[in-house]
Amino acid sequence: MKSDSPHIALFIPCYVDQFYPKVGIASLELLEKLGCKVTFPSGQTCCGQPLANAGYERDTIGTTRHFIELFKPFDYVVAPSGSCVLHIKEHSPQIPGLENEQAELHHKVYELTEFITDVLKVEKLEGKFPHRVGFHASCHGQRGLRLASSSELNQTPFNKARKLLENLEGLEWVELSRTDECCGFGGTFAVTEEALSVRMGKDRLEDHLSHKTEILTGGDMSCIMHLQGIATRNNQTLKFLHIAEILNEAIS
Amino acid sequence: MSHPENATEFLKDQAKAKWHDETLWFVRDKRDRISKTIPEWEQLREIASQIKDNVLANLGSYLEDFERNAQKNGIKVHWAANGEEHNQLVLDILQKQNCTAIVKSKSILTEECHLNPFLEKHGVEVVDTDLGERIVQFLNQPPSHIVLPAIHLKKGEISDLFHEKLHTEKGNEDPSYLTNAARIHLREKFLKAKVAITGVNFGIAETGEFVVCTNEGNADMGVHLADVHIACMGIEKILPRRKDLGVFLRLLARSATGQPVTNYNSHFRSPSPGKEMHIILVDNGRTAQLAREKFKNSLKCIRCGACMNTCPIYRRSGGFSYGSTVPGPIGSILSPGLDMKKHSTLPFASTLCGSCSDVCPVKINIHEQLYEWRQEITKTHGEFGKGLSMKLANGIFKSPLAYKISGNLMRSALKALPDSLIYHPLNTWGKNRNLPETPKESFQQWYQKNRS
Repeated sequence: MKSDSPHIALFIPCYVDQFYPKVGIASLELLEKLGCKVTFPSGQTCCGQPLANAGYERDTIGTTRHFIELFKPFDYVVAPSGSCVLHIKEHSPQIPGLENEQAELHHKVYELTEFITDVLKVEKLEGKFPHRVGFHASCHGQRGLRLASSSELNQTPFNKARKLLENLEGLEWVELSRTDECCGFGGTFAVTEEALSVRMGKDRLEDHLSHKTEILTGGDMSCIMHLQGIATRNNQTLKFLHIAEILNEAIS
Repeated sequence: MSHPENATEFLKDQAKAKWHDETLWFVRDKRDRISKTIPEWEQLREIASQIKDNVLANLGSYLEDFERNAQKNGIKVHWAANGEEHNQLVLDILQKQNCTAIVKSKSILTEECHLNPFLEKHGVEVVDTDLGERIVQFLNQPPSHIVLPAIHLKKGEISDLFHEKLHTEKGNEDPSYLTNAARIHLREKFLKAKVAITGVNFGIAETGEFVVCTNEGNADMGVHLADVHIACMGIEKILPRRKDLGVFLRLLARSATGQPVTNYNSHFRSPSPGKEMHIILVDNGRTAQLAREKFKNSLKCIRCGACMNTCPIYRRSGGFSYGSTVPGPIGSILSPGLDMKKHSTLPFASTLCGSCSDVCPVKINIHEQLYEWRQEITKTHGEFGKGLSMKLANGIFKSPLAYKISGNLMRSALKALPDSLIYHPLNTWGKNRNLPETPKESFQQWYQKNRS
């Protein structure tokens, strides 16, 4: 690692911190293996997305100010979540007195896979992962951050996560019937529209199961938590891993 | 009833809900395939969006151009500030003609104004001539979709309905047989109607003409047989020039049903000799929406219904779950502007997945407007309820110590409590989903132990 290499802050979403520490560890180790200087700034809380999506963006001023102050000193901020990154970029309220820092932050915050493909310019990852992997594209990552082409648009197909996964030795990419339909998590939607949320999740799982997915992965643990919750309840034998966990394991 | 309640009800019939989802997905898929055969598709969307931006920015002068040119063509132009004025104008024309039976081709605007019940109350028989609309009219239902009004019904249900209303053979579900029965029934209505009402898809400011798009030709049949044609048009339907149609007609049919072109794109410019042509320009909340900076883009809508077909919520909850004339994502950003209290759950009937915005032929940022409506709607909620718990959460998230304490408490509580308590009926998450297994330490704790 060069001493003048950019300093990267790892931003771990609150529910990942609390429920999926392994995803945080995998993200950290993966970035380090790729030669990055990474720090996890202490005192992280939540980006404020649950409140904002529920209609209370105006109540996230304190949360947002804290977030900006905490991450201001770093060259890049990287998170294993497309959804939280999208929130920071698009839905955090303007903080008076921190306009410049906030604008800067919006340009230096990245979702993990896009950081690897777009900033680290990794074209191909060498590694081994002999499993049938089904990818769940989180909507906020896909249509929000444009981490993959969307099926509605007439554009050249691309998928940043796929680019990293598909060169791994032994990995079989599962083609789904509906490549980018929402899983139904949607934050508070999961609770306020419980019946719909669960139906949508079941439908996504069926698509994966009928195409013989062995491991379901994605860039957002929130979607996966929801899908895993339904699968476990119904004794469906699918494994769930965040893409950071797969990449970290594969290239070790 | 709120959207969640209606959706829960809809999902009880699992087989039908699945069929509904798959039927609309089929339409969306068809739209995807045909849109990808047009290399300049995304450019067309961009041009359409810009034309509509121009229209909305200059709506007043385009409407005046349209009125002047239409009058030159011999069309009588009327203005209605709201639904009541619109309905009264229609009734006045009918009464002048001594007309007590009319035919109507599909018009979401007349649904929005509740024209049918108003005319029926005044002794006018109204026959909707679009097949799907006639079906829901027989059932006293509103359309459940703006392009596919009877999409919530299966063949068998229509067969039973036609057996009852049109005396078709019991149990005969053959679509050609049923359609033919409807044709014979409607033919009789067409021949008797002295006045025909149509909607308007596009009004052209430079020429004063308007275009009506149907697949069944029912607008043309109605208009050409009647003495008087009344066209009801929302003021946002204006296009500046006739050549703009080249952009919009290409987008409309492909987005709506995946067809290369709508079967009948009929241009109406002036009445035939001895006949009358009226056009009613209706505001009904549109100028109010135009004044809302964050939401005015919703007026670009050309009513193709693509956002409904693509919406994972709409497909699994049906049009009626929205309780608004225009259902689905576009309805959820239009309706709160008309009655925010009544439609307060609609902007929350979304995961903000963004598919609606990507499918929209005029690039309305639908999901962003859903997000913005949420911010507006919660302002009307009291300090208690949702507002309070969210403020508490903000208190936790802006303070690292409070977050740590509550996170640790939550994790240890989840570890210690028996499943029967975690999955009690008040825990909505746990009704049909397990919670993740609780790890012994958070990532923060791991990091402190191992890295600092």
